[in-house]
Amino acid sequence: MPLIDQATFEELKQMSGAEFIDELIDAFLDDAPHMIEQMQIALTAGDVESFRRNAHSLKSNANTFGATELGSLSKELELMARANNLDVGNRLDVLRAAFAEVAAELQEMRT
Amino acid sequence: MRSRPDPGRLLVVDDNKVNRILLARGLEGHGHRVETAENGRQALEKLRSDSFDLVLLDIEMPEMNGYQVLETCLQDPDLRDIPIIMTSSLDELDSVVRCIELGAEDYLNKPVNPILLRARVNASLEKKRLRDEQRKLLHTFATKEVADELLKSGFSLGGKYADASILFADIRSYTSYAEREDPAEIIELLNDYFALMFDAVASYHGTVNQMAGDGFMAIFGAPIHRDDHCEQAVRAALEMIELVAGFNIEQAAQNKVQIKIGIGIASGRVIAGYTGTQHRATYTCVGDTVNLASRIESHTKVVDHPILIDQYTREGLPDDIRAEPLGPMLFKGKQQPINIFAVQLR
Repeated sequence: MPLIDQATFEELKQMSGAEFIDELIDAFLDDAPHMIEQMQIALTAGDVESFRRNAHSLKSNANTFGATELGSLSKELELMARANNLDVGNRLDVLRAAFAEVAAELQEMRT
Repeated sequence: MRSRPDPGRLLVVDDNKVNRILLARGLEGHGHRVETAENGRQALEKLRSDSFDLVLLDIEMPEMNGYQVLETCLQDPDLRDIPIIMTSSLDELDSVVRCIELGAEDYLNKPVNPILLRARVNASLEKKRLRDEQRKLLHTFATKEVADELLKSGFSLGGKYADASILFADIRSYTSYAEREDPAEIIELLNDYFALMFDAVASYHGTVNQMAGDGFMAIFGAPIHRDDHCEQAVRAALEMIELVAGFNIEQAAQNKVQIKIGIGIASGRVIAGYTGTQHRATYTCVGDTVNLASRIESHTKVVDHPILIDQYTREGLPDDIRAEPLGPMLFKGKQQPINIFAVQLR
């Protein structure tokens, strides 16, 4: 499976205007590490609501860029938190790794 | 539908930066002017300090979420007419349904499809434009409460029976001390006169629905029913007479034309509803009661009383309003004589 679904990415470009795609990529690359960090903090503090909200935001952005795998991982974590379950095992590390790959790919796609 | 409607002023509310930029850039690309807010509290601040045609509102937000913003807007008379499109992810369908039930205009799933975005935004803006036009038109003739009620109930409703009081008023005579009347002065006089009369009607919850020459017709008790429509109509009439008296004093002081008016009121069942075409419509009442009110108003020419009413109106008056019976009167189009009363001036 490709890291970034091309059809979704093209639709995104069409939506924002091709000249703004870099601005969007930058916003995502700025924000996403912060969201993952907030999830880590929430996990330590046992703050289910903050964990869920940040997972939700990350999922939303991942899906916007067509980062399918990252989107599913975030969604799984969001649903766990929604079910009041923060027993996430190593899923946050997996998520971090997935984001690093997506980030590298998106850097390449900047125009 | 136009492919590129007039640009609107839009507010995008989303706590997520990527979503904000994406929606803002996309909508700017369609020619709209876009402001953004990061949370509900900020959104309400912007909505209250500036005017917007449409809001795109995220549901999931810290500080104040989309529901709270939506509910606050719908309860605020200044904000409730701004259409709100909810933006949410696919798995929030329950939340979307809740928002639509609360009164959101529409919804969009994230990631937002550009074609759907354009279509829904344009449709909502078009609808708002139509509503604004209708409201402007209505407010020329109706009080705010009546106009709002009409807009809420929609224009497509057919006629229905209503219990109402109908008031007709007309200028009976013009008295001028000048040898010849100046046309400009007469038009100025009519404008002042109508402004005063419409104020009086509005302060007693009536709606002016027709103007013809120097006369007009007003409805009390419809489209919003009220039990005291007879009293409200007669109190409006009394105020009209007092306003004209004050107006005449001012006119006399300036050596300008003075007027005398006649008012006729009849109450009872009327058929009320919208008449007109798609482009030009008015709320009106028809039926025997309306015809009778018009005839009674003409009768003020014959008897020297400025306010004449029928028996049904008389029966609806409280004790502090006196009306003297003038006896039964035969009117054109009526088989039975009608009992007419002259309202005592204050």
